[in-house]
Amino acid sequence: MSDSAAISGGLPGGAGVVPIRRDPHHVGHHAAGEGETRAPGRGIGGPAPKRIVVAYGFWIFLLSDIVMFSAFFAAFAVLRGGTAGGPTGAELFDITNVAIETVLLLVSSFACGVATLALNARRPLVFQAAMAVTFLFGAGFLALELREFADLIARDAGPSRSAFLSAFFTVVGCHGLHVTAGLLWLLTMMAQVFAKGFRPDILRRVMCFSLFWHALDIVWVAVFTVVYLMGSAA
Amino acid sequence: MSHTQGSAPDDRAHADIAPGDEYAHEEFGTGLRSYVIGLALALLLTAASFWVAQTRIMWAPAIPVALLTFAIAQMGVHLVFFLHLTSGPDNTNNIMALAFGVLIVFLLFGGSVWIMHHMNTNMMAPIEGGVQMPLQKGVPLQPQPAMPHGGGGHH
Repeated sequence: MSDSAAISGGLPGGAGVVPIRRDPHHVGHHAAGEGETRAPGRGIGGPAPKRIVVAYGFWIFLLSDIVMFSAFFAAFAVLRGGTAGGPTGAELFDITNVAIETVLLLVSSFACGVATLALNARRPLVFQAAMAVTFLFGAGFLALELREFADLIARDAGPSRSAFLSAFFTVVGCHGLHVTAGLLWLLTMMAQVFAKGFRPDILRRVMCFSLFWHALDIVWVAVFTVVYLMGSAA
Repeated sequence: MSHTQGSAPDDRAHADIAPGDEYAHEEFGTGLRSYVIGLALALLLTAASFWVAQTRIMWAPAIPVALLTFAIAQMGVHLVFFLHLTSGPDNTNNIMALAFGVLIVFLLFGGSVWIMHHMNTNMMAPIEGGVQMPLQKGVPLQPQPAMPHGGGGHH
């Protein structure tokens, strides 16, 4: 069967469904055309399912978000010594507080994973409970971070004190803003699953949220390593 | 969770999988195992990071290297056990996007630190009482109290 025959046979929209070959030279396939996958997103399989397109797009967004964070990390690493005669990281940082924050966010990320499992198993009660745990631990993290910021500002170590503190508040505050937005998104997802059930569009939103929440935990690993642990060692 | 409509079963292996998605055949229990392993490993690596930062028994210049190693390891644990990234063909797109992101992050972060470090060491302004840099070749910045050889420049 030649390619032109396949196309002319497929065009009139007749009863005989003949797949149009987009790969006339069968690159990577057998000569007879066998072995071509009909899987979605591949060759004759048609476009990928919406669930994969949405999640992949959000994955690209998260990676660009991480690139933005890396610029803030670079600024902090460069400006770390610029204390302008003010307090240094070793004098300011409370490492025990950071360790508690880390564990809170990690458990929150774990609970978010349990929530997606419950979502896939279509268990609304387990889902709501796991999301509530995710929220509580995330809110605990945020409360500790805000307390730390208030404490620093009260000790005259606010963002305007030195280049080091400007960079510190930028990178940690930006992560904190992401967590705040994530908490609001989390409550929205709980409400939408409660009100609308396990609809495909709601499932996609929850999946994007869980990606976001796990990515925030990955960024936090870089925060506590580069900012707190390496920043207080200098 | 792609819904393949009665196609060949091996097509599942050629299809994509969404980032962060578990395989559809995983039940609640088997899926939970991955998260529990990830949580345990992440807690272990976190504890190692904080211990290394506090301890006095480690050689000081090795501490940043150890911290970076633990951090990268923990990010890997998050990606594998929480985001379910694999090296399988259904994950190729996700891995390629991630690899590009990592490339940009390393160029941005590493490049900034590298360039600014050299700027700081090479373009430091002469500080009084600090490093003495002759403004003109052979002419000392400050008169030297006792020059045994009577030479001009000091290097």
